[in-house]
Amino acid sequence: MTSLRSKIIPVLTLLAGLVVLWYAFAVYMNAPFQRDLDRRAGEAPGIVEFIGKTLSQPKPTVPAPHQVATNFFENTFLRNVTSNRSLVYHAWVTLSSTLLGFAFGTVLGIVIAVGIVHVTTLDRSLMPWIITSQTIPILAVAPMIIVVLAAVGITGIVPKALISTYLSFFPVAVGMVKGLRSPEKMHLDLMRTYNSSKTQTFWKLRVPASVPYLFTSMQVAVAASLVGAIVGELPTGATAGIGAKLLLGSYYSQTIDMWSALVAGSVVAALLVTIVGLVGQAVQRSMGGRPA
Amino acid sequence: MIAKPAWQALLALVLVLAAWLLGPMTVPEADSLANPTASVTFPFVATKPLIYGLLLAAIVLSMTRLSAAARAAILFVGAHGAAWFLLHGIYGFEGTARAPFFLLVAAAWLLAWQCVTLLSSQRPLQRWLDTAYRLLVPAIFGIWILILWEAATRGAGIPFILLPPPTAIGAKLASSIDIIAADVRQTIFKAVIVGYVVGCGAGFAVAILADRVDFLRRGLLPIGNMVSALPIIGVAPIMVIWLGFDWQSKAAVVILMTFFPMLVNTVAGLASTGHMERDLMRTYAAGYWQTLLKLRLPAAAPFIFNALKINSTLALIGAIVAEFFGTPVVGMGFRISAEVGRMNVDMVWAEIAVAAVAGSVFYGAIALIERAVTFWHPSVRGG
Repeated sequence: MTSLRSKIIPVLTLLAGLVVLWYAFAVYMNAPFQRDLDRRAGEAPGIVEFIGKTLSQPKPTVPAPHQVATNFFENTFLRNVTSNRSLVYHAWVTLSSTLLGFAFGTVLGIVIAVGIVHVTTLDRSLMPWIITSQTIPILAVAPMIIVVLAAVGITGIVPKALISTYLSFFPVAVGMVKGLRSPEKMHLDLMRTYNSSKTQTFWKLRVPASVPYLFTSMQVAVAASLVGAIVGELPTGATAGIGAKLLLGSYYSQTIDMWSALVAGSVVAALLVTIVGLVGQAVQRSMGGRPA
Repeated sequence: MIAKPAWQALLALVLVLAAWLLGPMTVPEADSLANPTASVTFPFVATKPLIYGLLLAAIVLSMTRLSAAARAAILFVGAHGAAWFLLHGIYGFEGTARAPFFLLVAAAWLLAWQCVTLLSSQRPLQRWLDTAYRLLVPAIFGIWILILWEAATRGAGIPFILLPPPTAIGAKLASSIDIIAADVRQTIFKAVIVGYVVGCGAGFAVAILADRVDFLRRGLLPIGNMVSALPIIGVAPIMVIWLGFDWQSKAAVVILMTFFPMLVNTVAGLASTGHMERDLMRTYAAGYWQTLLKLRLPAAAPFIFNALKINSTLALIGAIVAEFFGTPVVGMGFRISAEVGRMNVDMVWAEIAVAAVAGSVFYGAIALIERAVTFWHPSVRGG
């Protein structure tokens, strides 16, 4: 009950406030166009009727929440999953390259972290470049990578996944380095008194200690990976995927479609982050860790 | 006088000998050997003995009992001298390199690796020397990425469209500096800076407000945490519809992208002071604002700077990607997408290089300010 009062009520209140603001904003932004329409049609609607009209334009500047919700519901639940108009289909296209890139990125991040922890040369020479690599706006480079790879004959899911990989390896690498170095001196000394080898210390002390760090950074990585996949779809003239849906929507001013594509992307992001978090909790519980 | 040799030096020796046995380094050289009467121009006429000499000298001297610093210096000179002659020679003879060329490049790279290993095992007592080593090691690593890139693209003759060599990118950058300066002005000095300042400022202000009003904090934090994971970049086309093609729409995307990380981090930072410190402020009869200014904001500084650093890269990404959805005919994102279409890959890479440098400078500047402001924090003191 306390969590209800201390968390859910404030969140819901704020969300309700946001929806009200959104409606007000939609009326304000759509009003000029609607006034123009009415003047041409020679109509002079009352205030209530006018507001109703601003909220039901077919291609509004700002779609009202209920328009987005209706569109989202129709395109998610009422369409055939294989149909080109189904959001489930587009979300699946984006999700598949997200997951592939996320898997690559996680493996790459872990490998780099293990290398950095064990080889001083790598720590000194590679670590600064890993940080620099993330100051390069890779999303801006994404279109070129995709076009170039397409020129070599690599198309489809892999180029998009590569961008996701680039975005997702960084949080994992940094988090894993932190995690693998998190055992205290006491514990390392204890392993030494057991006469354990470097490999044994790694598997029995460092790896278990790094698991919480790994899953926290994987949550960041999976969100970044989705962003990479969406942006990766923008330049190729991709016909499927959430990014393609956004781009097509912006070409044809189908604002409601764009918004529901955004909602779909957000739902996928929230689901992915939640799933990774739940898996992390389950793994830690099975390892005998206390829930944090 | 022989110390235990490093494996890199031994492998480099093997590679150099293999290169020697394989003979001609380029196709024209092989042609002229096969046909001595014809006068074929080929690279590495004069520099061939020099390259072998530099590499062998570095290998042999690195095995002696000289001090580690001296051996590192010798390896540095040998590896980079040889690499310079190799790259200089292949210029104009792209795509003609044979195996010995790549073997020699690999040998030079191994020597540079050994040099880096020597440098990073050093723990000099003088502070400036330690800093110098810490800068030198990643610098050598970065230079070698460029050298290997150049050697691979020029030596193997990789098509220009696929991957232009770094020198060509540099030349393009120098020759079209006007266009790039205009793009930087449009994208960075208008969209990124305005968006970054407004976004971070708004996030900070709302965080203070949320700190004051507990109800707001409880409602905003879960929402903020969730929004941070969302692909906010997707609002870019919507912002372009609302605010038009010019920099205002890009700044709006940057504001949205930077707002939530700042909000979440600042709220977390403000909550990071312990009960003891707050009780101490109470015993001093400090009011809310005094406690905020003298205790809680300084304590939140590491969190705030963390957000500022995250936002510095996000802001650049947001502005550039937003330009893909429509811009006036200037701007880094516009240039990248336009030149990709025209297959002017060197221009694209030049823009990318500028963006990378701008991003690093932005990040570095904030990191420096952070060191100055949070000098008391353990991660800065090195304690």
